[in-house]
Amino acid sequence: MNEIEVAQISCGSEYTGIQGEIESAAEQVGAKIIFPDIDLDEVEVAEAKFGLKVTSPDLKLMLARAISVVEGHTTADAVFIGTCFRCAEGALVRNEIRRYIHDKSGLPVISYSYTERTTADTLLTRMEALTTIAKRRSLLARETQSGITAGIDSGSTTTKAVVMKDDEVLGFGWVSSTDVIKSAEEAFATALQESGIKRDEIQALGVTGYGRFLLGDAFNADLVQEEITVNSKGAVYLADRQKGAATVIDVGGMDNKAISVNDGIPGIFTMGGICAGASGRFLEMTAKRLGVDITELGKLALAGDASAISMNSYCIVFGIQSLVNSLSKGARHEDVAAAACYSVAEQVFEQQLQEVEVREPVIMVGGTSLIEGLPHAMHELLQAEVIVPPHAQLIGAVGSALLASGFIEE
Amino acid sequence: MKNIFIYPSNSLILYDLVERFGHKPLAIMQEIRKKVTTAGIDSPPLNITPEDPKRGLKYAAVEVPAGVRGRMSLIDPLIEDAEAAILVEDAPIGFGCMGCQRTSELVGFLIRAKRIPILELNYPTSDADAENFVYRISEFLKGLEGATEADA
Repeated sequence: MNEIEVAQISCGSEYTGIQGEIESAAEQVGAKIIFPDIDLDEVEVAEAKFGLKVTSPDLKLMLARAISVVEGHTTADAVFIGTCFRCAEGALVRNEIRRYIHDKSGLPVISYSYTERTTADTLLTRMEALTTIAKRRSLLARETQSGITAGIDSGSTTTKAVVMKDDEVLGFGWVSSTDVIKSAEEAFATALQESGIKRDEIQALGVTGYGRFLLGDAFNADLVQEEITVNSKGAVYLADRQKGAATVIDVGGMDNKAISVNDGIPGIFTMGGICAGASGRFLEMTAKRLGVDITELGKLALAGDASAISMNSYCIVFGIQSLVNSLSKGARHEDVAAAACYSVAEQVFEQQLQEVEVREPVIMVGGTSLIEGLPHAMHELLQAEVIVPPHAQLIGAVGSALLASGFIEE
Repeated sequence: MKNIFIYPSNSLILYDLVERFGHKPLAIMQEIRKKVTTAGIDSPPLNITPEDPKRGLKYAAVEVPAGVRGRMSLIDPLIEDAEAAILVEDAPIGFGCMGCQRTSELVGFLIRAKRIPILELNYPTSDADAENFVYRISEFLKGLEGATEADA
């Protein structure tokens, strides 16, 4: 297969000391980083052409490189955009270039703000998604699951497995993640048992999630795929919104994903793992503090009023402290539950949804989407249609099983 | 002979002018050269590693972008050694550029804070301005202790 060429449009990566990490992440997924060649004249006219005035010369160079990609002077299969974390001017340019390339070229594009601590591992999933979208469009065009296939999603908090036959989930397993392979074996065995299907009847297997590479070897999987593309496919498939635009939000145990999807194919996406206060773990801690099971937290939140609680911080420690302070002042448990859900939704809204095009419907997936207060809070914030599809917690496993069925026919 | 900090610190024209008047130009190219010729480091293209932005903490706190701090670690020896400076503002990119405006602002501040002789000029926009630009630089350089006559 031809090497995928990823055009890098960035400022500061060579001075941050992480250029090698970017190139290593690309290499690991069979891609090569290229830099659009630009004449000095083109840099000098880039601001006027793009319509954005900036003061840093390297940002002007970014604008010129973006124009080169869109106008076809640079041939690339995908685009990686990067600027330094905490650079406001860089963030503005990064966002506008991402939108520009997405709208004008249709090329898959990701953006990232890096520090000196950014590693190839951090970038790997994003780069893998980028190259998958670029080179596997035919696989991603699949809209039906056929034959008998299985999918395993090795998540940071839980491991999920499904067995599917002819567009139907016959059985699933959902266990806490401990040892990657043992947890997958356990979830898979439960799914097989529930479905009444024997392991040797499985025609194709797909794996995804953090432990996907380990599982790929251990289970001899047909498809080893990152979560961005798998979850996008799984979400539009389960929500029956395969055509047109949608936004997929997955609030996970360790990181969150916001993906702008068109016809089931991811366009712009972000993966955030910045703060635990915006993760499922925060909701787990809230449930524990309120003395309810996590499965009851959502219903409790629906009966509450988030605005009745003063939340002073998004931090998981200080956020819980705010909730505890409220309880000590006699706050209702329902209001505290609602405030916790609203806090997570608001943080995802502020930190991630600003970076993607939010287009209706918003499809919320992952285990946290079953905590009813969370999709409700997201609906309140976005004033948009929010769908939680059936089997939303199994999204990665279902997406893997769906895409794996493409391997039966190959 | 004095160590002359030039800004933009990769300006070949300023570098040449300083050398012609018998002083030592302090330019970023020499620091990059040291980096790329250091054996045992493999962090292309400039051999700047994630350790360099940490060294840049000398000038800017951790909330300052890593790219600024990485650049500062490169410029640090130049600031340290500077005995005089020539700063040119509003220059086109072709004259030389620092890449990052925030770094430029910080470098300008640090050089001014050193209380060394500084010549600050705007980039010339006409032939007459250009002649005056070169004249003022030559007078500044000749006036510094240890200056030698230009060879051109």
